[in-house]
Parts: sequence; C-alpha cells; structure tokens
Amino acid sequence: MKHSFLEGNVSISDDVIPLVSTRINFKDFMGAVMVRWGINRDNYRISPGLYAFGNPDQESDVFVTANYKLTFDNLRKNLSGLDGWILVLDTKGVNVWCAAGKGTFGTIELVNRIKLVSLEKFVNHKRLILPQLGATGVAAHKVKEETGFNVHYGPVRASDIKRFIRDGYRADKEMRRVTFGFKDRIKLIPNDFIYGKFYLLGAMAVIFLISGVSSKGFSYKDFSGEGGPGILKVFLAYFSGIVITPMFLPYIPGRHFSLKGFYAGVLVFLILIFLKFTGGNVFEIISWFLIITAISSFLAMNFTGSSTFTSLSGVKKEMKISVPLQIGFALIGTILMVVGKFI
Amino acid sequence: MKDLMYLPDVVTLNLCEATCNGCGMCLKVCPHGVFELSGKKAHIVRRDYCMECGACALNCQVQAITVNSGVGCAAGIINGILRNSEPTCGCSDSKSNCC
Repeated sequence: MKHSFLEGNVSISDDVIPLVSTRINFKDFMGAVMVRWGINRDNYRISPGLYAFGNPDQESDVFVTANYKLTFDNLRKNLSGLDGWILVLDTKGVNVWCAAGKGTFGTIELVNRIKLVSLEKFVNHKRLILPQLGATGVAAHKVKEETGFNVHYGPVRASDIKRFIRDGYRADKEMRRVTFGFKDRIKLIPNDFIYGKFYLLGAMAVIFLISGVSSKGFSYKDFSGEGGPGILKVFLAYFSGIVITPMFLPYIPGRHFSLKGFYAGVLVFLILIFLKFTGGNVFEIISWFLIITAISSFLAMNFTGSSTFTSLSGVKKEMKISVPLQIGFALIGTILMVVGKFI
Repeated sequence: MKDLMYLPDVVTLNLCEATCNGCGMCLKVCPHGVFELSGKKAHIVRRDYCMECGACALNCQVQAITVNSGVGCAAGIINGILRNSEPTCGCSDSKSNCC
C-alpha cells in the first residue's frame, strides 16, 4: 500500500530504503483525530523496518520507534530539518511506553530488527537513539552485548529531540520527566469515553428495566415516563467518572482515583438534587446517590491505566478497598430503587 | 505544574547501594526523578513518585535494583483476574486498547 507519508526512496548500494516526509498532512491529521475517538485504533500501524528522512548518510543518527502510526507521525514531524534514519520496531501497533510495558518494544525485538535490516550496512557508527520511555522494555547493556550498538535514551517527548541533539545528546531533568497536564489528560478522554460504552449501555439497560417496575408489575407507562430520566442520570454518572474526574484530576481531593471519582459523583448528585431531578421519594434519592457515586468511582478508578504516575502496588491497594464499596453501593442502590417502587 | 503523586508507602522499589556501580543509568530512564547520584552511588530520593515501570531495574547492569513492576491500571488488574493471568492492559496483540 502506498502511504502518503512516503516521498520516494533512498538507494544505498543494492538496498532501497523508503524516504519519509517530516511533514504531517491532512490525512495524518484526520487519522490521529479518529484514533483518539477509538476509530481504527487497533489497526493504525505501519510496516516495521528501516526508513530514511532528509538526506541521510553513514554518520546520521538512527531513531528507534514503535509502529503505531500516531507515534511514528509524532516522531517524524519533530525531525524536520534533520537527516537520519528511523528504525521502526514491530510493537503490534501499540505506542512506545505501553509496548515497552508488554515487552514488544523490547530488547529481543530491537536486537532482531537491527540484524534483520542489517543496520551496520547503513551507518558506520554505533549510536541508537531510543525514546526514554522505551527503557521499560529495553535493557541497553544487553543490546550492546548482542549487537554492538549503544542505546542512548533520548528525551521522553519527541518535541525535545532537537534540543537533546543540540545539547550534545544530553537530556536535562525536565526532558526526562513525564508530565500529565490538562492537555495530556484531555486527549485521552474521547477514547476512554468510547471504550467504556458497554458499561454505559449495561447500566442504562438495568435502570431502564427497573423504571418499568411498579407494584402493578411491568408497565409501558413507567418505562416511557421514568426510563428516560433514569438513563440520563446514568449518563451523567458516566460523564462524571470518565470526563469530569480526568479533567480536574489534580484538583479533586484524595489520592485514590476511586475517591476522586466518588467526589465528582457527589457533585453531580448535588446538582441533580438542586434541580429537583432525583424524585421526592427518600428511597429513590438515596438509591440515586449510591448508584451515581458507584458508577463515577468505578470509571474514575479505571483512569489509573491512562494516567502516567500510578503503580501496580498502589492500584492493587486502592482496588482492595474501593471495589467492594463500589459493588456494595451499586447493589444496595439498585435494591433500594426497586423497594422504593413498592412503598 | 506540581508533580502528581499517587498513594504513599506502597512502592516495591529497592536499591542495594552496596552493589550500585554509580553508572547513573537509573537516573536517565526514570520518568519521575526517583533517583539521584551522590558519592558515586545512586540513591532513592522520591520513592513515592515511583510508578513501578521497571525501566531502572531492567537497565541496571549490576542488578542493584529490584521492583515488582507491572501496569498500574485497574482495568488491567480486572482483566488479569478474569483471565487468571498477570495484570495486563487490554491493549495486547492485535486487539489493542492501551492504557
């Protein structure tokens, strides 16, 4: 398949290496927008192997990256004006950090890929520049042992690469730190929003069914009258856990993500009370409190995986306390809601 | 922006300073500035910021660092329990949703 990022080829003796553009075009932009919304995300990848950019020679740097196209695009657009090589590893279309965590962006794949493309034919130096976050999967000293190539861990962000090179292949403290600012968090929200759709639809279905229950059995009138508002409340709880909590993450009290999600859920609940949107029945009000906070808390807890600073030990500890509470809240809330219908 | 910190006193990170050869690799690979170098040895200075990614331990030539590394991801832990395996984000192989 002809990719729009290819500009032609570079011939080195008998080998033909694809030359890539360092410009992002409209198609790349649209592809990025779509994967952020979860569209074509599992298959947004390019072929692993060696690529050229600019006008590289045997002295040029080699940048190693993943074959997730969003990652590849982010790298090449930050290399404009430079000349060099890009060695793309087969990470199954996953970004560098996640792939490194799984080991696909790893020592074995890097060593094999260096041998497969015969990298020593194209450069007469032994410098490889890897993104720092690849270090979770790559043991630099083992790569050296197996191939002779020296792994230099570059900055965390591709946008710092030029500064890294200018400073003599050195990254300062700031370039080595992962951040998780507002923009970083916002970018993740659409995909999480789409990814959790089955939780959302499941919860909506349960609430919709309960809305039809009355002391007279199931009735269509109740479905149509209460089902809609019920579904809307579930949606707001979902929004609270998946959108509000990530957006305001550093400003919501608590360290546990589930607690942050609980607070966001409480806020949504209070707004609903204020708008007199929770019904007048005490059982119904309490049940909505429990259900909204349980949903919001659970989904906010899942944002630990999208965040850049939570540890496995920490998440396990958090879940031991939070998951039983979330299940308890959801169960009691559902039971109270049904009981309220008969009183 | 101030650094975000998760739960205190949970991290399994360990550094044997006697074994450390002071190469400084852990300082380079750590994304949260957990280590500092002084007196030709690395020291853990921001333990509670560690996210157990395992980059330092993997890149330590003398194996002075140990950490029980893995994904700090609730969905991944649930996945692991459901599949009776190690915690893993749903983002593996061809079906990917990375955390």
